[in-house]
Amino acid sequence: MKVAASSPNPNPPPVGESEPSDSEVGEGKGARPLLDVRHLRVEFPTRRGVLTAVDDVSFAIAPGEVLGVVGESGAGKSLTGAAIIGLLEPPGRIAAGEVLLDGARIDTLSPDAMRKVRGRRIGAIFQDPLASLDPLYSIGRQLTETIRTHLPMSESSARERAVALLHEVGIPAAERRIDHFPHQFSGGMRQRVVIALALAANPKLIIADEPTTALDVSIQAQIIALLRGLCRDHGTAVMLITHDMGVIAETADRVAVMYAGRIVEIGPVADVIRAPKHPYTIGLMGSIPSIAGDRDRLVQIDGSMPRLTAIPAGCPFHPRCDRAFDRCLRERPDLLDAGSSRAACWLHVVHPTGRARCC
Amino acid sequence: MANGFTTALRQSWDSDLAYSFRTSPYAIAAAVVFLLCVGSAVFAPWVAPHNPFDLGQLDLSNSLKPPAWLAGGDPAFPLGTDDQGRDILSTILFGARISLAVGICSVLLSMALGVALGLLAGYVGGTIDAFIMRVADVQLSFPAILIALLVDGVARALIPGAHESMAFYVLVLSIGVSGWVQYARTVRGSTLVEKNKEYVQAARLFGIHPLAIMARHVLPNVVGPVLVIATIHIATAIITEATLSFLGVGVPPTQPSLGTLIRIGNDFLFSGEWWVTLFPGIALVIMVLAINLLGDWLRDALNPRLRT
Amino acid sequence: MRRGGTRRPGTLFCKSAMAAFVLRRLLQAIVVMLVVALVAFSLFQYVGDPVQLLLGQFATPADRIRLTHELGLDRPFYVQFYRFVANAVHGQFGVSIRIGKPVSVLLAQRIPATLELSLSAALLALVVGIPAGVYSGLRPNSWLSRAALSLSLLGVSLPTFLIGILLILVFAVKLGWLPAFGRGDVVALGWWTTGFLTPSGLRSLILPTITLGLFQLTLIMRLVRSEMLEVLRTDYIKFARARGLRDRAINFGHALKNTLVPVITITGLQLGSIIAFSIITEQVFQWPGMGLLFIQAVSYVDIPVMAAYLCLIALVFVTINLIVDLLYYVVDPRLRVERPGRGMH
Repeated sequence: MKVAASSPNPNPPPVGESEPSDSEVGEGKGARPLLDVRHLRVEFPTRRGVLTAVDDVSFAIAPGEVLGVVGESGAGKSLTGAAIIGLLEPPGRIAAGEVLLDGARIDTLSPDAMRKVRGRRIGAIFQDPLASLDPLYSIGRQLTETIRTHLPMSESSARERAVALLHEVGIPAAERRIDHFPHQFSGGMRQRVVIALALAANPKLIIADEPTTALDVSIQAQIIALLRGLCRDHGTAVMLITHDMGVIAETADRVAVMYAGRIVEIGPVADVIRAPKHPYTIGLMGSIPSIAGDRDRLVQIDGSMPRLTAIPAGCPFHPRCDRAFDRCLRERPDLLDAGSSRAACWLHVVHPTGRARCC
Repeated sequence: MANGFTTALRQSWDSDLAYSFRTSPYAIAAAVVFLLCVGSAVFAPWVAPHNPFDLGQLDLSNSLKPPAWLAGGDPAFPLGTDDQGRDILSTILFGARISLAVGICSVLLSMALGVALGLLAGYVGGTIDAFIMRVADVQLSFPAILIALLVDGVARALIPGAHESMAFYVLVLSIGVSGWVQYARTVRGSTLVEKNKEYVQAARLFGIHPLAIMARHVLPNVVGPVLVIATIHIATAIITEATLSFLGVGVPPTQPSLGTLIRIGNDFLFSGEWWVTLFPGIALVIMVLAINLLGDWLRDALNPRLRT
Repeated sequence: MRRGGTRRPGTLFCKSAMAAFVLRRLLQAIVVMLVVALVAFSLFQYVGDPVQLLLGQFATPADRIRLTHELGLDRPFYVQFYRFVANAVHGQFGVSIRIGKPVSVLLAQRIPATLELSLSAALLALVVGIPAGVYSGLRPNSWLSRAALSLSLLGVSLPTFLIGILLILVFAVKLGWLPAFGRGDVVALGWWTTGFLTPSGLRSLILPTITLGLFQLTLIMRLVRSEMLEVLRTDYIKFARARGLRDRAINFGHALKNTLVPVITITGLQLGSIIAFSIITEQVFQWPGMGLLFIQAVSYVDIPVMAAYLCLIALVFVTINLIVDLLYYVVDPRLRVERPGRGMH
């Protein structure tokens, strides 16, 4: 698996800004993060009680950085993204925590103020590119509409910008195809259009929720390369939500691993992949087949992720962990320092002698 | 064994469907009303205070009495009487019988016809499928009432003499034939989906007759939507029957349904005896409303997307 | 390079595809008409006595023999059918058994009444139903929406004739504001008679219009509402929100347009059925239209009238279907082959 080398940030954050959040790790410490999520909690009241789908999640994204959020279906990744951009579907709601963009809270904004944030400062891409486009309008119309909603422009200059965007995402014959309808494009082309739409108003952060899952494998690589290249060029940060570790390895600077609604490990991509600290991440890495052929059997983690109605007390992973001990059953661990990354595991409590406990 | 039964009972009580029913006051009210209607219609001969069709019991001096709470009313006839001296309450109970019977029977006919044709069209495919769907499309362009009228008219012409006794069957036939399409389309859709699944092809290899598999796998998938369609269809069928009877081409006045009663009462609207037509009308509306409410609740309860 | 600005959907680029589509639909329409004609013809042949039907009740035996030969009733089936169709196309359906006048004359007399009533009812259903449906789709939890939904359930549970009777009871018998039957004074314009131009004509139109239109109104409202709710759950609406588009643009630009596309087809078909439902309303209000004529024909087993009405109604439906198909083709750039939602009765 290749690991992307992190390139220098083209837009270094201004010096001397307000204090960094305490969830900031690795490079850029001391600079204000672009997105700061603190102790986010998303709940769903149901007839069986209140379900906590996202539980005390904290992380930060620096400007221009690509943060991968990886985990199984149902781990809470998409909901975290939806909560950040303010598109949680009722009855889901943010029950606790804060979301700060450029130091200012956005989770308490009025609906109209939040609407202005969406598209202009935070963009989003979803999984199914055909379903994401209104079938009755040409893509040019959808582009110019988005552009003119956020930027004061005339119809013709918006159209010029739209054509330029289509060029940038690699749509051939953009001047002609701009008047075509979504069903006239192939899957990969449509996702390019979706990316163009998300970038139309030049947001600083893009939340990409499973952007390649619905595409052919051969197209996936192209789209990922496109996304990566565009974000480097524009200095846009990306929160890349996926269940595919390979995509993360190619694209992300840091990665957060989610399990049962919480982050269990977060750190630089290379470190998390080569030397995972949390038993769940270790299991994940072990279950990925390696083309180098250095494994006879894939590692399997017994059991499955608990349903939201039956999350175990203490550490949620303990029933499946072969290194659990009695503290794991009683207390839920916070993210603890473990070398260059952080893991929510009692195995990493720093011993009074200053050394990490044996892993 | 008893434990197994009580567990099963508790599981169904706790299921999403039962929960949805328990917590919806409309559904419960509608179900209660509906059961009352069915009960009183089925047991009409024992529940009704009089037998309106026993000519011996009728006394013309009782004719056109207003409801019991108005001046001139008689407590023996709580809702008043019609021009023949028949007790309105009793005629309503007996009339509801006919209305319900026609409604349920015609829906059963539609369901049988529609499900069979849908399975056939979906499973066999090809020209038969195309033909059935064409016929369905054409028939859908015409409202059910028109088709029912046509079948009824033709039947009248073909069997002039025996019409009175055959009226019930003709009615069931005409309403049944006009309503099969919705079932056929739903079942055909499910059949097409199942037909392409691998286990059907695998079972073919094993020599199990595909029809048996379709019956075992398609039908369970289809029960939900078909039930929703059927419930609402019963309401429609009852209204259609009432309309046909009102128009004079339904059940004859000797065995009146609620629609016939309304027609009879219509003549007295201007002379001021409004109760002859209003009470059967109210009874009809209550019955149909209860069924519609149940149908609406059922459709929402079975819709997976609305589950919390 | 093309100029910017609004552009029509891309369907008009392919003139030949559109022409092929129209041709296909026309052919289908003709087939349907022929099938209906066959049914009507069978009515004539096998249910009644054709000679008597055409001549009326008072023909002499000599006339009958002559006509039998003239009509070619001794000729093969397809020849007779051909003659029937040829006659039908010219509007010749024989003489009404009950009234004794040619059917075509009777129908021509009655058409204006039915059409005016149907048109008013259709307008009522659309003008009230669509906005009500849109509103309750956008604000499903407001008290107005809930009230409208409950009332609509009632509307669907009330048979048309009962609505008419109740309206008569309240407004004509008890209050005496509006007439209970008939068309009022009508003005003749050529062969057409209209009730729109006189006060009594308009007043007579009110109750029947409400009766006929109420059912369609509730159906349309419920349909638009549920389509709207469906559309608002789609991914493209979610993506539109994620792009920060204004509520008005999302609700009325994207959601409404996508809602109306399937609604157009169903509404068109429903409006066609208004003409059939007018049978009931005409009976209740003794409205002198085609429907009343048909009902009287069914009770009397007046075959020529039944057959003619059938063919006429089929023509109306087929025409409406054709128009709706064309409309659909123009509005939806995807050119869906199978029309959705034709399961509405």
